[in-house]
This record gives sequence, C-alpha cells and structure tokens, in this order.
Amino acid sequence: MLIYVLRRLGFALVTCLFISVLTFVIIRLPPGDFVDAYIANLAASGSSISVDQAAAMRHEYGLDRSVVVQYWNWMSRVLRGDFGVSMMWRRPVTEVIGDRLWLTMVVSVAALFLTWVIALPIGIYSAVRQYSFGDYVFTMLGFIGLALPNFLLALILMYFGFRYLGLNVGGLFSAEYVQAPWSLARVWDLMKHLPLPAAVLALAGTAQLIRIMRANLLDELRKPYVVTARAKGLTEQRAILKYPVRAALNPFASSIAYLFPYLVSGSIIVSLVLGLPTVGPLLLQALVAQDMFLAGAIVMLLGVMTVVGTLISDMLLMWIDPRIRLEGR
Amino acid sequence: MRQTPMAERVALAVRDLAVQFGSEQGVVRALDGVSFDLHAGRTLGIVGESGCGKSVTARSILRLIERPGIISGGRLLLDPGTAEETDLAALNPDSRQMRAVRGGRIGLIFQEPMTSLSVHYTVGNQLVEAVRQHSTASAAEARARAIELLREVGIPRPETRVDAYPFELSGGLRQRVGIAMALAGDPDIVIADEPTTALDVTTQAQILTLLKRLQAQKNISLMLITHDMGVIAEMADEVAVMYLGRVVEFAPVRELFAAPRHPYTRALLRAVPSILATPRQRLSTIGGAVPHPGLRPTGCAFHPRCGERIGAVCMERIPAPVPPGQAGASCFLEEVVAA
Amino acid sequence: MSATAAGDPPASKAETRFAEATQLQLTWWRFRRHRLALASLVIVVLFYAVAAFADFLATNDPHATDARRSFIPPQGIHLFDENGFNPHVYGLRGVRDMRTFKLAYAPDESRKLPVRLFVRGYDYDLLGLFPTNLHLFGVQGAKPGEGIFLFGTDQLGRDLYSRMMVATRVSLSIGLAGVLLSLFLGVLLGGISGLYGGWVDTLIQRLIELLRSVPTIPLWMGLAAALPNTWSVTQVYFAITLIISLIGWTDLARVVRGRFLALREEDFVVAAELAGASQGRIIFRHMLPSFASHVIAATTLALPAMIISETSLSFLGLGLRPPAVSWGILLQDAQNIQVLSGAPWLLLAAVPVTVVILAFNFLGDGLRDAADPYG
Repeated sequence: MLIYVLRRLGFALVTCLFISVLTFVIIRLPPGDFVDAYIANLAASGSSISVDQAAAMRHEYGLDRSVVVQYWNWMSRVLRGDFGVSMMWRRPVTEVIGDRLWLTMVVSVAALFLTWVIALPIGIYSAVRQYSFGDYVFTMLGFIGLALPNFLLALILMYFGFRYLGLNVGGLFSAEYVQAPWSLARVWDLMKHLPLPAAVLALAGTAQLIRIMRANLLDELRKPYVVTARAKGLTEQRAILKYPVRAALNPFASSIAYLFPYLVSGSIIVSLVLGLPTVGPLLLQALVAQDMFLAGAIVMLLGVMTVVGTLISDMLLMWIDPRIRLEGR
Repeated sequence: MRQTPMAERVALAVRDLAVQFGSEQGVVRALDGVSFDLHAGRTLGIVGESGCGKSVTARSILRLIERPGIISGGRLLLDPGTAEETDLAALNPDSRQMRAVRGGRIGLIFQEPMTSLSVHYTVGNQLVEAVRQHSTASAAEARARAIELLREVGIPRPETRVDAYPFELSGGLRQRVGIAMALAGDPDIVIADEPTTALDVTTQAQILTLLKRLQAQKNISLMLITHDMGVIAEMADEVAVMYLGRVVEFAPVRELFAAPRHPYTRALLRAVPSILATPRQRLSTIGGAVPHPGLRPTGCAFHPRCGERIGAVCMERIPAPVPPGQAGASCFLEEVVAA
Repeated sequence: MSATAAGDPPASKAETRFAEATQLQLTWWRFRRHRLALASLVIVVLFYAVAAFADFLATNDPHATDARRSFIPPQGIHLFDENGFNPHVYGLRGVRDMRTFKLAYAPDESRKLPVRLFVRGYDYDLLGLFPTNLHLFGVQGAKPGEGIFLFGTDQLGRDLYSRMMVATRVSLSIGLAGVLLSLFLGVLLGGISGLYGGWVDTLIQRLIELLRSVPTIPLWMGLAAALPNTWSVTQVYFAITLIISLIGWTDLARVVRGRFLALREEDFVVAAELAGASQGRIIFRHMLPSFASHVIAATTLALPAMIISETSLSFLGLGLRPPAVSWGILLQDAQNIQVLSGAPWLLLAAVPVTVVILAFNFLGDGLRDAADPYG
C-alpha cells in the first residue's frame, strides 16, 4: 500500500512539472511578447514609447534572455512562492488572483459533491428499478444533461431568471458582500449562491456518472454473490446496498479522478457566463493581453490544484477497494 | 407400477411446481409440473443434463427467481402434514417469514466458489452476517460461531482465516466457506447446487466427504443437484431424474442404477464411461440435444431422442407424471408394463 | 459433426442465413433493432444533408448586414388568407423611433409577401462547384431590406435562419475533421501501445494519463489565444481543428489499445502467427476487422465532445473568427443578458447543438452495442 501511495505521489509531481512546462510553452507561443502588445495598446490610444524604453522594459521583464533561462527564472521563483508581477495590472500576481483561485476550487468541489450526492442514489434507483417510469425520466434528464453544454444551460437559466424573476442569478455574492472582508456572514452568503453554479457545472458529469453507476450496477446485480446474499435471508435492500452497490462503487469512484479536471475546466466558461468572481474571466483577459506571468500562474495553479484533487480521490479509491490496499502484502 | 413405499417424515414436499419466464419470444416454461419429496435426514439427488431445470428448481424453492421469471403454479410445502405446514410458493419473497426460511430453515450451497462470495468483505464478515440474521447472537458471539463453523467445514487455522478475504483462499477452501455460510443459520434442509462441478477431482472427493459427515452430524435433509451420475451413486439415497422441466423418473438409488425405468435414465447410465469397458469402444451418447424449453416437443418431451419409442402415442400424449412418494417413471413403457 | 438423431428438424433458412452472415452484417442487424439509434442515424444524416446544401436551404445572404432591420423577431409563415392556401409573410415598413430618431423596420401587415418554393435568391456555389442562385424557398417581390426571417435577425440585421444553416456546415465539418485527426492519432498511438507493449506502452499510457489529469480548457484557451490575429479564416479553421483533436485522441487511443491487448491473446491471432503470417497481414487482415466496429463506435461518441469544444471556444471569442459562422459564434451574441432578454431568439442556435449531440450519443451507443453486445 505504501508503494502505491508513493507511486501516485511521484506521478503527481511529474504531472505538475509537465504542466509547468506546457504552460510556459503555451504562453510563449504567440508571436511577439507583452511589450509588443503594450506598444500596440499605446498606439491605439495615440501614444508610444521609444525603442530604448522598449528595450529597457524587455530587460526588466527578462524577455531578452533565452527561453530556457526564462523558464528556469520563472520556476525557481514560483517554487519560492513568488509568481511575479502582472504586467497588465502592475501588481503582484498573487494579489491580482486573490480569492479567485480559492473560489474556483470551492465551486468545483461543490459541483463534485453535488454530482456524487445526486448521481449515486439515482444511479442505484435506475438500476434496481430498471425500465420503470422513474428510470425512464432520469435517463431522459440525463441525456439532456449530457447534450447541453454547460455554458448554454447557464445562459438559459440566466435568461429565465432575468426575464421571469427579474433578478440576476449570476455571481457568487450578494451586492453588499462582494468586496467585504471574510466573515461568517460572507461565507453563508457564498453558500446561498453556490447551488446554482454548482448545479450547472455538475449536470453533465452527473448525467455521465448516473449512466456509469446504472450500467455497472446492472452488471453486478446479475452476479452469483448477490444470490448468495439473498439466500442468507437478508432483506432485498440490505443485500443490494451492501454487496453489488459496493462492487459498482469502484468504477464510480475512479470516475472522480477524471471528473475533477473536467469540472475545473468547465467552471471557467460557466463563470464567464454567470459572472462569477473566479479565475475564468481573469484567465481570458490575461491570455488575450499575453500577460505571461499572470496567465502562466493561473494555468499552473489550476493544474496543480487539480492534480491534488485527483490524488485525494485516488486515496479515497484505495480506501474503498481492499484489493488495492492489500497489494503490498 | 411397482409400489415402493417410503414412509418417513417428509421435510419438503414439492407439488406440481411450474415456473415460467416471459421473454420477447413469448412465455417459456422452465419447469412444467415438478413433484418430489425430500425426506428428513436423507439425501435426494436431482440429476439431469444442462437446461433440464435443476437449478431453477433449487432457486424456486428459496424464492430466488427474479423477473421475468415467476412461479406460475404448484406448491412448495415446508413441514408438510404438520401444524406448521407452510407453502413457500404462496409467501411474498421479501417477507420476514420467507427470509427467515432462507438460511434459517433451508441453506443453499452454490456451484461457483469463485464468484459466489463477495470480494469486498472478509470471510468472517460475511459469515457473521449470516449467523446474526438467524439468531440473537451478539457480535462477539457471532464471530466465535463463525470460527467454529470454519473449523467444522475443515478449514485449518480458522481463527486467522476468519479475517481473510475470499480472493486470498483457494477454490476448495472457498467452497468450504460456502458450505459454512449455508450452515450458518442452522438450517435443517440444505440444497447443494452442483457443489463440486467447478472443482478438481481430488477436491471434489473431499467436499463430498465433508457433506456426508455434516449431514450425519446435524441430521440435515440434503438436496444434491448434479449432472454427474458418479456423485449420485456415492451420495444419494433417492434420485429424481429431470428432463426439460419435468421429473421423468424417481427411485431409491440402488434401484435406479440396477433397474432404471425410463429410457432417458438408461441412456444416461450407458453414457457414463466405464473403466471396465472394452478398450477403444465408441462412447455411447444420446443423439441430438436438449431442446430449448420454448420449443418443447409435442407429447413426451424426450421422444425425439428416445431410442425406445413405441409409436404414435409418444408423439401425441404426455405420459402420466411420477406420483410423489413412490418410485416410478413418466413413460408410456411403464404404463404398458403396469397394464 | 453432430449425429442428427431421427426427428431433428432441418435447419431453417433463417438459421442458415444467420450462421453464414459476415461480421458487418451481424453488426448491422443488431444495430437495426435499436430504434433510438436508428432514428439518431436518420437525424445525423439529415444534419449533414443540411450542411451540404446549406446555401440552398438558406433564404438570405448570411453575411449581409442591415442595421435598420436589427432584432426583428421570428416571422411566422401564414398559410392561409382570404384567397385560400397562400403562404406569405408580412413585409416590413420603416418606422422612425420618435425618441432616438433611428429608423427601424417593423412588420407591416398591409404588405403580403408570397412565400414560394424554388425561388431565386442570393448567389452561391452549390456544393462548392456550381454557381447558382436557386433556393429551396423564399419570398417574391421583396423590397430591399425585406425578406423572410424565419428565426429573426441579430443585432446587425443578419438573418438568423440562414446563418444557422451555414453554421451547421462549419460546426459539423470541423467536428468531423477534428475527430478524424483524433482517430488517426488515437489509432497510431493506441495501436503502437497495444501491439508492442513494454516500455513504449507504459510511456504512452503515462502520457495519456497526464493529459487527462490536466484541466483542458485553460490549455485550449492558451493555444487558441496564441493564434496570430493576422491569420486568415481558413488558417484559423484548421488550427482550431488541430487543437480540439489534440484533446480527443486520448479516449480513442485507450479504446484501440484495449482492443489490441485483448486481441493479441485471442487464439485466432496465435494461430495466424503459427501459420507464419507476417505482422502486417495479421494486423490488417485478422485484427482490424474485429475492432473496426468498436473504433467506429468510439469515434462517433467522440464527435459530440469536438462539437462542444469548438462551440465553447468560439463562444469565448477564442475560436473561429468572423466572418466565419459557427454555432459558437452565433451563441456569442447571446452572451449579454440585457441583449438576450430583448431578443431571446438569439438562443435558438442552442437547439441544433443539443439535438446533434444527443443524436451522436445515441448513435454511438447503438453502434457500440451492435459491435459488441457483451463488451
């Protein structure tokens, strides 16, 4: 078991390294650099800077060194917690990102939680009461969830909310709490606003997990050990919940590993539509402006947090399946 | 028909059991009027080819048949002739009464030790669950009972083995655990559904010996389902031969082997390879294959493959069923002899 | 070699046909029983037909703007009037808003424009080859600025219905191109992985796991944002195709690898090897037919993801750029909630997206079940 943990940990580290390199490559892809974009911006408003000033800017931001050196500079500072200064905002990146990263994680985790809570019972119900009316209804809803891209759902909800309820269903805080410092009341306000974005984000994943649970449970229900359980005199409910559900839980839990990156991804677009103060809108701005430090930091941090989330789910999976736990024996 | 009375207490009486499965192609009758008696403390062997309905009979008795299968007729009488006589066929499968019977009065031993035990829980966990389902034992008492059960079925070092997972045990050991689970509720009837088919020959012998010992020790009525005539010869007191959902012959074991009444039984016995046979002799087989229950032949179900057909009557009419409690065969030949 | 005892019924014609059918026929027969999948196949074919004949089905030039007829609501076709069956729409009349002094068009019920089949409209190339201006239906006798706007117009006065027709072509073709590229990558890498095993397999598997544990949207956004502004529409189109295919190949690779691994152990492969068949012959003649249907099913299931990817990217403004028209670009206009509440028909593009994704999902499910009912 220890070997398994170490292996997953090692892999997580390699993944983070890979993410950092990939991030850096992507940021460097666009022709020209931040200074060019800055000059273009100035030109649009009618001013300019001299060639010397441009060169000085380049030197200041380290843009005149080789790519490898730049990467090394960046990484060594990142590992010390210094993410550099946002060229756009002229403030430390960590300050610009602020709460947004945590909020992204909060929304993603809330969506994950919601997915589990909804998908598990519905999946079980659908399998046990196959072909019933309820099964049919859930299957249909599930398909809609799969087919409708989450940002479309967000759009539609926004529209109906605005048109018929007259309120803006977006955002994570009520007006008075947007800029307020953290307090218990603010946390509660956040909780009240979470269900909608979490639900929108969770829909596609939920639909998929329901299908997975239903399919796997149907397979398990046919197996001999279920008959053994019934033959012992257990109630139908107990026999099903204790045995085949437990077995079907394995593929269900391992789906989480790939659900989390998907949710984090999805939150970016959904937050754009719903106007959530998460990392998504900021990333879009940074990419368009080629603000290397800011965009790089966001992508890197997102990736790392996702890897951590995946690692946690791996540990959960290990706890559920005794076969993995005993591998070391 | 020769009368062979078997007058002892009957633990379980099956009368005209009919089970059908609904499917896209229509209704399929898996059991078409099965009747037999299981005498207390004795071993009843049920033998037949794959598809004859042996397993369905076992599952039906415990009401473990699932949709789209239903019991469409007949009675399953537990403790017949006594004040507590219960018709299991009339009970709700999920009712407290039926569940008390499952494991508490009738235990079931499965064919596949590999897949009959859940891999997510220890042997002890699964045994304790069975024990506590049918007794008021505390957790500690149940655990002690579980270890005792493992010892009874011949598992070495049961105190350690009780915390093992099924996938850590060999096939033979797992089958012993299966037997222990069937006995956990202290049943007086045990149905063993092909308990040795999935095991190698030496383990087979061990398991059969174990079953015999346990039966004698606990005075259990054993219903042994198998397709192996050798197992029947060794273990059964009485034998019911099944074909396509019906009992075609019933007799005490010696009588069955010495003087089989039904052509099917005769063919089955002929098909057993003998160590005493002339070398290089062609093995005897029964021509054709068991028809699908949905495509039942008209008249006597066996007549298309029967080498002893007597004529049109075999194709037109169904022979009288074997009356329960007596030796006999469901065949027109029998009726001719009796006439 | 079974001895038929007297009385066995002769094998019926149906049974013989069944026993002699090829893999492909068997798959088709199984597929045919899934009515939902069959219906989805029809829908998918219809969609691609629309894509092929987009301009023929359109009524107005998708790119023609006219600020005065912005945000016209969807016009219903009225089928009957006092003369009997006479499909028509109402003409438009310039109305000057007395507060802003802007001229805008509003429906004028006094003018009736007949709607007929096979009318002459704007010029285009049918199937990209034949210059023509024939359209399936349209209005006759329209004044400049008037026309039939089945789904209304957008802010720039462009006919939404015609734009949706053209968008179907773009979105579906990009999805198809992306999936084909993914397929290529997937079969290549998955095949190498499954066939050779060993460290190559481990390496590729690790790579796939890496890609799957990384949130993809930030990466796409990065890649898409990196495309220079100066690139032409076509160049951007191909670049976006490449980007979305880079995401989808991992799933296909896994399916292909899984199949190869399973097949390698099959007796018929070992038999072929023992008989002295070359590696190539084994792969193409023996293994490929076995998993062709699985790969087709997996590919069909990968298409929806491609379509969603392109739609999302274009919606963000990072994907295709105007004057290209795709569903994502159409939905971009719906981003502003204020605008949307005044012109909800802008959301209509959501319908084909949802329908086509559902259809591909059902179709892929049906194909997968037909290919391997026990898989």
